[in-house]
Amino acid sequence: MANEGTTNVIFRVRRYDPDRDAAPYYQDFTVPVPPGMVVLEGLWYIKEHMDATLSWRVSCRMGVCGSCGMLINGSPTLACNTQIHDVARDGLLMVAPLPNFDIIRDLVPDLGPLFDRHSHLMPFIVREDHDEMQEPSDQYWQSADDLLEYLQFTYCIKCGCCMAACPTFATDPTYSGPQPLAQAYRYMIDSRDGAFEERKAILAGEAGPWRCHYAGECSAVCPKGVDPARAIQLMKRELVLDYLRLGKLRRRKPAGVLPPEKKRGRREGIPEHPPFTVEGAG
Amino acid sequence: MPEVKRYPNRLGIKGWFGGGRWGVERYLYTLHRLTGLGLLTYFLMHIVVTSRRALGAESWTAAMATVGAPIFKVGEYLVFVAFAFHAFNGLRLVLVELGVLTGRPEEPVYPYESSLDVQRPFMVVMMIAAAVVMLLGGYEFFFMAH
Ligand code: FES
Repeated sequence: MANEGTTNVIFRVRRYDPDRDAAPYYQDFTVPVPPGMVVLEGLWYIKEHMDATLSWRVSCRMGVCGSCGMLINGSPTLACNTQIHDVARDGLLMVAPLPNFDIIRDLVPDLGPLFDRHSHLMPFIVREDHDEMQEPSDQYWQSADDLLEYLQFTYCIKCGCCMAACPTFATDPTYSGPQPLAQAYRYMIDSRDGAFEERKAILAGEAGPWRCHYAGECSAVCPKGVDPARAIQLMKRELVLDYLRLGKLRRRKPAGVLPPEKKRGRREGIPEHPPFTVEGAG
Repeated sequence: MPEVKRYPNRLGIKGWFGGGRWGVERYLYTLHRLTGLGLLTYFLMHIVVTSRRALGAESWTAAMATVGAPIFKVGEYLVFVAFAFHAFNGLRLVLVELGVLTGRPEEPVYPYESSLDVQRPFMVVMMIAAAVVMLLGGYEFFFMAH
């Protein structure tokens, strides 16, 4: 059904079938695009009407899962929240898989190296009180200011756009890259964490932030506003301060469980929950 | 799991230059690297030339006569330009990399503002300062009697 304002846009899609093709090539598809249509819908249109073999990765369709990162008109971004008319130029839209990752098929990059680096940099809270962590007696006590130190970086959806945009990662496969480093900082600065020395042993070395020279491209393309470049510079700052024995992290005790005198009851004016609709719930 | 055939897609040096629509800081990053390599090359040449002094007065005079040619003068000015850029941009990078010009983390609310926006005014000031020094240097190099 053609809506008002529908125009044809040529999707120039980078194709690669590992069983058939020696190298990727571009293929054109003409897609009728109504206002508001996103790149992902354009790809679905191609798959349903023109070529069922076209492959890409997708899950949530709403900018949450990080599956659909691809290179759209030269910029790494999410296909599901990029409107075609916003980015098409002269009726042409180039769609390619995220660079700096091997191509598995068509628009599907192999994000394995991202996840390997990510897990190598300890993206989790490390503490000594294992029993408390497994069977929490209460919440850990963290102030709103402490939360703000890392909140921005928790919005990462691991789409890989920053890695595709990073000029250092483009030439240096040994560099950890913006996504893993931003997540390493997110846990390093978390006031509940107690493993600064362990993290430092990894981050002050080769895997650390030192190859970053602030091209800032990761932050420019991040579809979630995570600003990995900021995290990486703040990480350098902490590591340098620590080297000069001026850092606060080496002396920090991980936040403990909420002390009883800090406990408050329910705030006034917050209504009770409605009655449960399922028996036995609550 | 069967081994999947993959096609390598790393951008390499091409990735330094981006697609032409990317942020200005990316180009400063690339220029910083290129000027750094240029200054290093100059430094090595400088050592070779000045070491001629150790080979005697004649060798030294001959070397001085060669590098006195106009092309070397232009070359020297280019070294000066590279120096001015590298120095001022380097100052910005030091401050950014120590977290002075990145701003504090904040909750991302659309339209997102990043650390790039925080450091940008300073970047502009540094680039203007570099340009002024380049112009003054050019005047000194080409128009003042030596
Ligand atoms: S499909 Fe989940 S982020 Fe695009």
